[in-house]
Amino acid sequence: MREFILRRCLLLVPIIVGVSFLTFLIFRVIPGDAAVLICQFQCTPETLHDIRHSIGLDQPFYEQYYNWLKGVVQGDFGTSAQTHLPVTTELQRRYPNTLELLVLSLLFSLVLGIAPGILSAVRPGTIIDFLVRLISVFWLSIPSFYLAILIITFGAEWFGWSPPNFATGKTAGLFSDPATNLETFVFPALVLSVGSAAVIMRLTRSSMLEVMRNDFIRTAYSKGLRERAVVWRHALKNAMIPVATIIGLQIGGLIGGALLVESVFSINGIGNYLVVGIETRDLPVVQSLVLIFALAYVLINLIVDVSYAWLDPRIRYA
Amino acid sequence: MATEAAVSIELEERIRPRKPLWRKLASLAYHHPLGAIGVFILIVMLICAVFSSLVSPYDPYQVAHSTAQIKQAPSLSHPFGTDRLGRDVLSRTIWGARISMFIGAVAVIFGSTFGTFFGVLSGYFGKLIDSLIQRCIDVLLAIPALVLLLAIISVTSDPNSAVHKFFHNYTPIPEGTWLGMPEFLKLFVMCLGISVAVAVGTARVVRGAVLSLKENVYIEAARAMGASDRRIMMRHILPNVLALVVVLSTIFLPLAILAEAAISFLGLGVPQPTASWGADLTGNNQNDAINHAIWWPVFFPGLALSLTVLAFNMIGDSIRDISDPRLRGGGGGGGGGSSTGF
Repeated sequence: MREFILRRCLLLVPIIVGVSFLTFLIFRVIPGDAAVLICQFQCTPETLHDIRHSIGLDQPFYEQYYNWLKGVVQGDFGTSAQTHLPVTTELQRRYPNTLELLVLSLLFSLVLGIAPGILSAVRPGTIIDFLVRLISVFWLSIPSFYLAILIITFGAEWFGWSPPNFATGKTAGLFSDPATNLETFVFPALVLSVGSAAVIMRLTRSSMLEVMRNDFIRTAYSKGLRERAVVWRHALKNAMIPVATIIGLQIGGLIGGALLVESVFSINGIGNYLVVGIETRDLPVVQSLVLIFALAYVLINLIVDVSYAWLDPRIRYA
Repeated sequence: MATEAAVSIELEERIRPRKPLWRKLASLAYHHPLGAIGVFILIVMLICAVFSSLVSPYDPYQVAHSTAQIKQAPSLSHPFGTDRLGRDVLSRTIWGARISMFIGAVAVIFGSTFGTFFGVLSGYFGKLIDSLIQRCIDVLLAIPALVLLLAIISVTSDPNSAVHKFFHNYTPIPEGTWLGMPEFLKLFVMCLGISVAVAVGTARVVRGAVLSLKENVYIEAARAMGASDRRIMMRHILPNVLALVVVLSTIFLPLAILAEAAISFLGLGVPQPTASWGADLTGNNQNDAINHAIWWPVFFPGLALSLTVLAFNMIGDSIRDISDPRLRGGGGGGGGGSSTGF
């Protein structure tokens, strides 16, 4: 097990270096001159030269990369070109919101996905199975940002209710006022979870159907076990293995979806920060955020992989 | 010899007269109703996309001259109502189909072509080329899809960017309106951005298929006869992965359409007046819907987008159902599926 974890960690090193290099390359080299973007209209050659010097653009390419990387490792992501505040400060203010949104929506997608998936696989061909499959196709097809707008619009029109949000300042912290805080986050999380819940639902169903055909299931039935015992103790454990791997991939989707959902529900999260950063062409912000999202995604996948090997010893020794 | 002849005669007697094509299609549609609905929706959307100017009742960019014509609720003369500038929402939704279908199709065509190219190279040659290409793909896959797309598009969409300048200077792609799509070059650059994401996914899967294909005896035979690497790849490997590539592109097409909508929704894709489903869901329309209960300019384009993706998913499910009978639980539905969180 230790060897397995070590090997997976070592495999990550080239990926992380590659991602950092790619983000650096995209934002420093390809779009031309970051200095022109910063000073925008009042560009004299002198100010341009000064800006270049101050952000280190007059240094050779590899030195710029080295300096940037050195800063990132020390937790210094540079300063925003728009607000001139350190990116790290803004990140510290925003990351709890995104984290809460992602954790809640992962929870929702697991609950909404696994239970109907099992139900549908245990009773194939029935009306329940048909409904579950129909719902999963619909959920898979509705874009999260559209669903978000529908909920806000029709919630306000029919029930006179809209989720408290950061724009109106009506929200609260998770620990100081949990009820209001959850009222803010439940709907965004639900909207975000719908797509991945559908994927988990379908995968649970097909994987469960596969497992239920096995000999050991027939044996369990024929030795007189009740169905509940067969499903929970024998089938589910085996059926959850492919589901566990897809959870890692789903988190990538959730991170992408968070950008959209945060901007509709005006949640002050990292995703919203990235969108605003791109709109205002704030390159230091965008560059650091892309790196952070990628790192988070890679690390989460590492955790999923390790836990997956821990769940199923067959993978460890393969 | 005699027994063989007898068997063939007996078989011949059992063969029923061939059903006409429409009967076959009808029975297919009967057994897979969801797939049939999907095909129907898709045909409607394709007609809207190709014949937008004939199907749409008004000009999608025609701004109303009097305030009485703006923000009208759905009625007989404007079935989907009019937006804040008095533009007919039905017409905008129909023209939006053209943008969506075009971007989806072009992104997938470019993406699968490049993806197949790199996938075949990587799988066939192995060793250094393989690990080089695969490490690049690892890096690209390590960034969440939408974040990667936004990064690419924020860099390429700038009119001063190298990519934009290259297409402007060295290709005949028009900068202005073409085929009824305003700012065509910008759209095209966006397609290329989306196609990078498609290519990464395609290359990974194609490589896997090529790895097992190249172990076949006929590849060895071709090599023994002195065929060059290029010939083996073009004549023996490529035709065998094409079916896989086609299946992959039907999976990527709705994702590409959703990606365009998501990017335009964030205000980073299709420029403003253009009738695009994603762009119509954002900005002033979104504000009107949320704060003033004018839901129709947002509701219908979003509905069209959802229906299109739904159609692709239902068709995909039916195909998977037909090809993989193990998942059959009484018609319709099926396997894992994919979501990018849009």
